[in-house]
Amino acid sequence: MPPDHNLNDTAGPEPGHRHAAPLRIGIGGPVGSGKTALVAALCRTLGAEYVLAVVTNDIYTTEDADFLRRNAVLPDDRIEAVQTGCCPHTAIRDDISANLDAVELLEERHPDLDLLFVESGGDNLTATFSYGLVDAQVFVLDVAGGDKVPRKGGPGVTSADLLVINKTDLAPLVGADLEVMERDSAAVRADRPTVLLSLREDPTAAAVAAWVRDTFEARRAAQPSSVPAM
Amino acid sequence: MTAVAALLTLADARLPTGGHAHSGGVEQAISAGVVIDAETLAGFLDRRLQTVGPVAAALAAAACHAVTSQPRGHADHGDNLDEAAATDRRLAELDAEADARTPSPALRTASRALGRGLARLGRRAWPNPAWAALAAAPHHSIALGVAAAAAGVQPAGAAHVAAYLTISGPATAAQRLLSLDPLTVAAITAALSASVDAVAERAARHPAGPLTAGSDPWFDLLAETHASREDRLFAS
Repeated sequence: MPPDHNLNDTAGPEPGHRHAAPLRIGIGGPVGSGKTALVAALCRTLGAEYVLAVVTNDIYTTEDADFLRRNAVLPDDRIEAVQTGCCPHTAIRDDISANLDAVELLEERHPDLDLLFVESGGDNLTATFSYGLVDAQVFVLDVAGGDKVPRKGGPGVTSADLLVINKTDLAPLVGADLEVMERDSAAVRADRPTVLLSLREDPTAAAVAAWVRDTFEARRAAQPSSVPAM
Repeated sequence: MTAVAALLTLADARLPTGGHAHSGGVEQAISAGVVIDAETLAGFLDRRLQTVGPVAAALAAAACHAVTSQPRGHADHGDNLDEAAATDRRLAELDAEADARTPSPALRTASRALGRGLARLGRRAWPNPAWAALAAAPHHSIALGVAAAAAGVQPAGAAHVAAYLTISGPATAAQRLLSLDPLTVAAITAALSASVDAVAERAARHPAGPLTAGSDPWFDLLAETHASREDRLFAS
């Protein structure tokens, strides 16, 4: 997972004191799998521990951003929405310019940011984030999409740093076998972790929040020079 | 002709500079019912090339010329420092000229977003002292001129890329929005090749001279109407 950010690309004078760059986490997955609900849950759970901001990539600019605002998860100035010109995967993988603009804007506006979530527009199983845009990525599936999805694989399922299988409370209703989903995920994901989640039963998304904390700490340990001053 | 591969790189639609999310007004023209099929798209592209194209091409050629005409290999010499300062002043002047030729605030924002993306790439791909003279978000045509110069492309080449980009982005945006046959759309773009060349050659004739100031209020109106919409798919 080689982060490819080049802070030297940011033009203009260097601020006198630069906080360590925030950890950027991409949240991707098919339409309706619960990406925005997960981002909202993570903001609520982690909001007291970290300084947070969110970039949304929706079909229509402000749908997801509005959801986050309505739920008062974050103040308006910590949410930026970008347009993707009908190509959500292009905006997170092949041409990340608009997302980088939004990230840089949020970083300029909030120099003390710890954590930045970039939520992709709903896409297919091949959509992954470029590591030029994010440091780590989560791929969100839902049980109602069918228990064969993990077996089908695709880069989102196989290579995401964390796979979340959401809406486990629906499994009995849609005839999905959670054990099959978990076993198939493990088979295609080598050692990468998978979390089973029901946001309805656990609105704090505790297991995912724990993974975010671990990822944050691992990165901080790997970059001792970037530890922010207390 | 020099630096042909660099020129092709600059004109590549897959260049990661943010262009894929901009429709050049065609999303709004489709919503307004003006562009409805391949034939009306061809008309839209020709109009955009003839009105927006010359200004973009002239600005790109002028910005490119400002850099290529002042090579600064040895910045430690006083003369070269003066020349470098003159280049920087000229680029700032051209950026202001681009503002003056872009009355629509929405189009200024779009141009500077695209310029920001291209400058971000250019600083990495084609390092050059001239980048330091530009703000983080210069107008696209100015960033294009500097990128061209830094990549070894001459002003005429910069003008060709600028003229071509005025139609290539909107063409593929319309293809996506109207589910047009991609072969038909590519054929429409190809049929405009001679016009692109003519626009570019005229625009690059006097890259240090007075700049053309043509305008097309329709594109300003499309951009302003588009920017106020909640349901747009493209940034412009």
